[in-house]
Amino acid sequence: MGLVGGLMIGLAASLYLLGNGRIMGASGIIGGLVDKSEWSSATDRIVFLIGLILAPSIYIFIFEFEADTKATTNVIILILAGLLVGFGTRLANGCTSGHGVCGISRLSIRGIASTVFYIFAGVVTVALLRNLWGAIQ
Amino acid sequence: MRRLVAFCSGSLFGVGLLLSGMTDTSKVQGWLDFFGNWDPTLAFVMGGAMVPMFIAWRFTEGRKPIYAEKFPSRSQSNIDRDLILGSVLFGVGWGLAGLCPGPAIASLGFGGSQSALFVLAMLLGMRLTPSIRLQISSSSAT
Repeated sequence: MGLVGGLMIGLAASLYLLGNGRIMGASGIIGGLVDKSEWSSATDRIVFLIGLILAPSIYIFIFEFEADTKATTNVIILILAGLLVGFGTRLANGCTSGHGVCGISRLSIRGIASTVFYIFAGVVTVALLRNLWGAIQ
Repeated sequence: MRRLVAFCSGSLFGVGLLLSGMTDTSKVQGWLDFFGNWDPTLAFVMGGAMVPMFIAWRFTEGRKPIYAEKFPSRSQSNIDRDLILGSVLFGVGWGLAGLCPGPAIASLGFGGSQSALFVLAMLLGMRLTPSIRLQISSSSAT
């Protein structure tokens, strides 16, 4: 399912690029609304986000797909992680979709470098969580 | 038409994230658990997503988007401090919770209070970025 889902993500990004001439980066699409830096394309962004929220839930409902984020219930970790992801992706100007999927496939140096750094930081964080703190199973 | 494209793209992205396991934090953290019980699934997700996009970028050369004037130009900036610092902080948050921006939004409909809380904090982080960025640059200038 990883490959099928991945292809769908790539097709979604291709559609957004070839149709609207925009890079399908989740943090940029959200961030441009949150700080109003790209207010001119606000309706495109809002409509994109409506699809992003509704489609998975509709899919789960129709196909009785078992979905569970299995996210931690630790409120402090959730808030801290959310703040870091929000701030970090805006400072770096991209996340897994923008720098990762769209950037690497364009052979963008910034996209490749960003991906190396966030995966490295993620690997170190998970290793610390698992081995030192034992916070995740 | 731009809105229809955006809606279809967002929907396809959302279902792709769901099916690929990107909204399952145990899969994401399992993939990042390189020195433990490594789960390779996400490598296939990334690889699978690259294929259509690699072709799409090829296709943009010498052409125009269907519903826009031009394709996005390459960023003029190089690998700078903001890119590295931002990516590292993002990676720490991604490792801590197993959620990145797209899957966090995609899971709002079924992820309960955890997804909602994470997204609220993420939006706050994004909202505060311009002012924090100003403070960083002014403090390093002095």
